[in-house]
Amino acid sequence: MYLYDSYDQAMVDARVAEFRDQARRRLEGKLTEDQFKPLRLQNGLYLQLHAYMLRVAVPYGTLNSAQMHMLADIADKYDRGYGHFTTRQNIQYNWIKLEEAGDLLADLASVEMHAIQTSGNCIRNISSDHFAGAAADELVDPRPYAELLRQWSSFHPEFLHLPRKFKIAVIASDTDRAAMRLHDIGIQIVKNDAGEVGCAFYVGGGMGRTPMVAPLIKDFVPLDQLITYSEACLRVYNRYGRRDNKYKARIKILVHELGKDEYARQVEEEFAHLQSQGIEPPLAELARIATFFADPAFESGLSTELDRSNPDFALWADRNTHPHKQAGYISAVISLKPVGGIPGDASAEQMHTIADLAKEYSFDEMRVMHTQNIVLPHVKIADLHTLWAKLEAAGLGTPNLDTIEDIIACPGLDYCSLANARSIPVAQKIATRFAEKGRTAELGELKLKISGCINACGHHHAGHIGILGVDKKGTENYQLLLGGSEAQDTSLAKITGPGFDEDGIVDAVEKATDVYLAQRQQGERFLDTYRRIGMDPFKEALYG
Amino acid sequence: MKVLTGNDLKTGLVVWWNGQEWSRHVDDAVDAGDEANVILAREESARRVNAAYAIDATREADGSIRPAHIKDRVRALGPTVRPDLTMKPAEPEALNWVI
Ligand code: HEM
Ligand code: SF4
Repeated sequence: MYLYDSYDQAMVDARVAEFRDQARRRLEGKLTEDQFKPLRLQNGLYLQLHAYMLRVAVPYGTLNSAQMHMLADIADKYDRGYGHFTTRQNIQYNWIKLEEAGDLLADLASVEMHAIQTSGNCIRNISSDHFAGAAADELVDPRPYAELLRQWSSFHPEFLHLPRKFKIAVIASDTDRAAMRLHDIGIQIVKNDAGEVGCAFYVGGGMGRTPMVAPLIKDFVPLDQLITYSEACLRVYNRYGRRDNKYKARIKILVHELGKDEYARQVEEEFAHLQSQGIEPPLAELARIATFFADPAFESGLSTELDRSNPDFALWADRNTHPHKQAGYISAVISLKPVGGIPGDASAEQMHTIADLAKEYSFDEMRVMHTQNIVLPHVKIADLHTLWAKLEAAGLGTPNLDTIEDIIACPGLDYCSLANARSIPVAQKIATRFAEKGRTAELGELKLKISGCINACGHHHAGHIGILGVDKKGTENYQLLLGGSEAQDTSLAKITGPGFDEDGIVDAVEKATDVYLAQRQQGERFLDTYRRIGMDPFKEALYG
Repeated sequence: MKVLTGNDLKTGLVVWWNGQEWSRHVDDAVDAGDEANVILAREESARRVNAAYAIDATREADGSIRPAHIKDRVRALGPTVRPDLTMKPAEPEALNWVI
């Protein structure tokens, strides 16, 4: 994985010193909260319901063991022994003290991590495929491109005060595992007819109150123009994105209002101009970055046999693994969704365990998934059973990836000051209901996603089943949505009708799954059946 | 009644105005009446509290204070999904008070 050079480290260290000084001045009263707030937000420090909250960037979700151990130590030392992995592959801590935040950032910097640009109207952490560098179906490892974009976007002076936040995802396979088209810019690394590698640009996607699927703006940008073209996309947005209305400020609104063709034309114009400016880093820099992502020393000639005699292991291996590009290896997913648990939360002890297992079985590497689980990307198939047994012993062996128990949930009203309703208890009740009735398996792949308000941090628009928390005269209420997807067949879910209370929404989800089971045809997932039969049968069952 | 709440500047923890100082316990809160804005301005500038605001609340028959909005009840108690981290870890039934 990428290692900081002296420039990276110096920048991060300088930022820690700067923040320490800002925090000191705030505590001494030399800065008011109005003055300090933008400064702390630039360092990922929010004020939430119970305390300060810190969001730490995990570039494209990749972590090594030393970093994961540090995240665990931070949870113990500065928080209450746990952290929350988020849908943008980051980690958040909920109980941070302002007086200790500088020390915390210094500890992070010691393992090449920081919280810079995890908040505010700038280019946020670049996200990517959580199986990057391992997946059998990838064209190339997308992470060197993500890293190049990270370096370009970090402290980019022109893009630190955009009209609104800006999120970029990079993938390199036809199967989209990063919700690429629901980002401000989604980049897919592709090959053109001549066999050259380049980038397809999708611009103007997003969730929030006005969800939109990003249209294709340009089908092939050569690799040696990646940064220049990105810069052109941002420039047009920075110039014409709306600053008068926060709710219309995202690039999706600009692209929608201009129309994709006009937006693309303006980008072309800017691109032509920028090409004369020589801003593109030399390809040698991309090559230098790529060396950090060289394959680990995979062994060849390994066995690909899996001993499936233990049915519990076989179930976990079927659900929680993904095919690897190297024969004899596999990617293993550690579920952070124990039935009845808090989606995405991990205790310090669990983080230490995961870090140790990554060191022993996965070349020291982990990935945070946008579904709030953790990947060990490079596990020998021959080691899989031993790994599973150790995960089981640590309570980390839940076999529920991509099932109705594998729910994405935002922090909701239990932690978030913007929330209308709690998300986590609803996730707990749904997972428990289906697990207890033993219905998880027969439902197969079913992606359920819950947000506690319209900001959609829990991706409810993109759930096969989505749930949105709303405020109904001071009480929590939940709307049900059906038919979303954030994979290569991206679609936005539609609201079924009037909302439900907390128990009512659990029943409603069950009724929706009953309709699916009654109507499904051979091989159909919930989403496929919904797409074939439409909303009406579901409405009938829910409200009829 | 009008109750004042905010976060402790140093620790970020939720606090309530008890007439003299900021308490961690909602039940210590007093009615700030017409004084709310004066107290908030004074306490903010003295850095004894951060992001403070006034809310509506009622005093229950047993003398306890109930904030009108669910968000402030969550703040008063703590995350409902982690009873161990709330202000009343030994009283699981306290969670019902939030809802
Ligand atoms: C508790 C602190 C948080 C705050 C204050 C917050 C705030 C927001 C806001 C205001 C938006 C809407 C932005 C817009 O539409 O312009 C948003 C979107 C989003 N947030 Fe959060 N969020 C928080 C936590 C999280 C967490 C924990 C996650 C992951 C689980 C997350 C992931 C996202 C995602 C994926 C979006 C959608 C991005 C988009 O609209 O394109 N956020 N957040
Ligand atoms: S969706 Fe709303 S409630 Fe949930 S974390 Fe985002 S802002 Fe908070």
